[in-house]
Amino acid sequence: MPRIAYAFPDEVLEHVFSFIHSDQDRNAISLVCKSWYEIERWCRRSIFVGNCYAVSPVMVVKRFPKLRSISLKGKPHFADFNLVPEDWGGYACPWIEAMASAYPWLEEIRLKRMVLTDESLELISKSFKNFQVLVLSSCEGFSTDGLAAIAANCRNLRELDLRESEVEDLSGHWLSQFPDSFTSLVSLNISCLGSEVSTCALERLLAGCPNLQSLRLNRAVPLEKLVNLLGRSPNLVELGTGAYTSEMQPDVFSDLSRAFVGCKQLKSLSGFWDAMPYYLPAVYPISSRLTSLNLSYATTESPYLVKLVSECRNLQRLWVMDYIEDSGLEALAVSCKDLRELRVFPSDPFGLEPNVALTERGLVSVSEGCPELQSVLYFCRQMSNAALVTIARNRPNMTRFRLCIIEPRKPDYLTLQPLDAGFGAIVEHCKNLRRLSLSGLLTDRVFEYIGSYGKKLEMLSVAFAGDSDLGLHYVLSGCDNLRKLEVRDCPFGDKALLANAAKLETMRSLWMSSCNVSFGACKLLGQKMPRLNVEVIIDERGPPDSMPESCLVEKLYIYRTVAGPRMDMPGFVWRYTGP
Amino acid sequence: MSTVSREDNLVLSSEDSSCPDESELELGLGLGFSRRPGLKSQSLSTNQYARILTAKDFPSMVSSRSATSLASSTSSSSSPSSVTRPNATAGIKRTADSVVAANCLSQVVGWPPVGAYRMNSFNNHAKSPATNGFNSVNEKSMDNGTEARKSTDNGIDNSNVSTTGKGHLKSTWFVKVNMDGLPIGRKVDLRVHNSYESLALTLEEMFDDHTVAVSSRIGSNGKEHGRAERRSTLLDGSSKFVLTYEDKDGDWMLVGDVPWGMFLSSVRRLRIMRTSEANGLAPKYEEKNSRQRS
Repeated sequence: MPRIAYAFPDEVLEHVFSFIHSDQDRNAISLVCKSWYEIERWCRRSIFVGNCYAVSPVMVVKRFPKLRSISLKGKPHFADFNLVPEDWGGYACPWIEAMASAYPWLEEIRLKRMVLTDESLELISKSFKNFQVLVLSSCEGFSTDGLAAIAANCRNLRELDLRESEVEDLSGHWLSQFPDSFTSLVSLNISCLGSEVSTCALERLLAGCPNLQSLRLNRAVPLEKLVNLLGRSPNLVELGTGAYTSEMQPDVFSDLSRAFVGCKQLKSLSGFWDAMPYYLPAVYPISSRLTSLNLSYATTESPYLVKLVSECRNLQRLWVMDYIEDSGLEALAVSCKDLRELRVFPSDPFGLEPNVALTERGLVSVSEGCPELQSVLYFCRQMSNAALVTIARNRPNMTRFRLCIIEPRKPDYLTLQPLDAGFGAIVEHCKNLRRLSLSGLLTDRVFEYIGSYGKKLEMLSVAFAGDSDLGLHYVLSGCDNLRKLEVRDCPFGDKALLANAAKLETMRSLWMSSCNVSFGACKLLGQKMPRLNVEVIIDERGPPDSMPESCLVEKLYIYRTVAGPRMDMPGFVWRYTGP
Repeated sequence: MSTVSREDNLVLSSEDSSCPDESELELGLGLGFSRRPGLKSQSLSTNQYARILTAKDFPSMVSSRSATSLASSTSSSSSPSSVTRPNATAGIKRTADSVVAANCLSQVVGWPPVGAYRMNSFNNHAKSPATNGFNSVNEKSMDNGTEARKSTDNGIDNSNVSTTGKGHLKSTWFVKVNMDGLPIGRKVDLRVHNSYESLALTLEEMFDDHTVAVSSRIGSNGKEHGRAERRSTLLDGSSKFVLTYEDKDGDWMLVGDVPWGMFLSSVRRLRIMRTSEANGLAPKYEEKNSRQRS
């Protein structure tokens, strides 16, 4: 039999592989045979590690000697809601150190929910001669001093994106550290920073960087200054404003409007902190160009809001507060036929009484009017099975559906039934659904539907739902493509978990908090499954040695790993280590 | 629809069955396994933190969560009268210790699932014009009748304190709280409070087992004090602990000396300190103390 694989020199195979970029395809290639594994690993340029503890930096460096780009994620998603204690982990330092010595030509680092120090930032700035992209998403642990090092040393920096990170803001002077000769910036996102940055430094930076396409300012940049900045970056495609408020001055208004029009490529707007209704119409002249609009920090009601949204006929993505109300969403459904993603955030997340006229009707309208709608995040106070069924039938092309009914365990407000049938319709009709978040009153039945129909489901978030272990069992045994499951306050316990132990090795992670999993089950699982880290986050009840087996654990995080137990567990995280 | 039948006893493949603790934890899944209610209450009883009221404290709107009520038909069979109007106060159980006012969800940790970044940015209003939402958190979490709630401006003062433009903008309202003798710290959300009393009472409940003797909660008539009536022992000097904070200059101060708004602008973290160690922190404290005692 001809050995075709060896008929090609490695260089040819390498060239062929260079056209293949998707991680999954690359992983598949590497499994074909040993020689393909070898060739592939030498020419892999970019990797994504969805859980930084699933593999160690040493292992990565050993297998892929020529990486140019790395993405890492640290803490579990529920850390966004303060469910993960401080100092839990997710430290980027060991990764940065390993890469600093192994990859002098590293160009891109993307971190999400990780802890990063100023020392690491300095190391990055000095170790990688051609460093170009730094994206820190929901990260913490560093200050503007670290940013100063990046600005001063990364001569080829293209992208600096600090989205939603918690930065210790010592001063705004770090921005002045970009040298005068610096020209390569394409994207800058400093929207999470608190303190003022020098407008002079910003202006100088913008003047020097003609290729700047994306600029997201922080709240401290006043509206008047925005006008000047826009004048200096006419090629902007994405803009995040600073505080969108000022004394009501017609000059500022018209200057602003003119500045928007002057940026002929401008397609995406965000920011709008403290948006003053008076200035919203300044956007009207460019509304038909906009494909993405993030008004979710515009915390004021305004009649202009609906008008603005209706004028954006080419809108593909809208993030907005529930001030838009059902009527605004109806207008959206009429005007924005290209809408792909809608997120509606609550203006009063803690009140159980509605403060705005936003109900399930708004979402139903959008599902009827917007044929391209694929991704939904919707906070509201009432929902019905009928509405969910309608939405499901209207939009079988939906891929991400996250519904948050603000009051836990709230039933269908019309029939007072659980919302099982409604969510069941969603999973039944939306055959490509990849992400789902549930809320409202739900029994085990909804999980039966999810297990039966949710075959493409990759991520499921559950809260205050279900009656028994069967719920968990349905999901774990039925959802073939499940990667991430996060559960809080559900009566799921040992039986379902242990019965589906093998499934956990096919998933990235499982989070369970305030459920009915016992300490003994965690021990057993840890004992039986060496390729899982079964981490119990203990509270003040005391160390697990004194905890009886039958005691329920408060928080549990299970993830598959080839790196064994992690070395940086804090005192309040426990993992089975031996008989 | 799936043909999964609940009547099937679903026993699934498992790892080797030669583990010693098997008898307690079967790796099969059968119907009607018994819950262990005693354990649940054990775990609940140690979860005394007011901040971690979970939905276990919400009465089920429709039916109990017993293992046998699997069919949705049974859940709907419970009387509709047990389900009150969605927005009625019955949605939240009121307890003497709870800070939850009617129609307010502020005490369930991490719910609703709005990201911490988004929450923090709403509480850094430069100005607070006609915004409903997040300022109303402060109003709704107020205790009825607390004298500290002189005016709603106290809560909205947050926004003036953390103005844009000059000086530090606070990027988060969650500050760490450590208590002497406890290895694990907690975080408390300052935006929910508009007075020292409110903050201190919350902290007492958070660290309940360790600070407050039960007797201090019972008034002279033998009834438990409502939360509104209780004075914080952390602030009045009757506890073994005092509440201190580290300000932006790194100095440790006693909580309570400066106006609330000023406190908010300078507090970096909190520490519940043993009274014995708190000597010399602030002479004003001792003065106030001796005035109260005389």
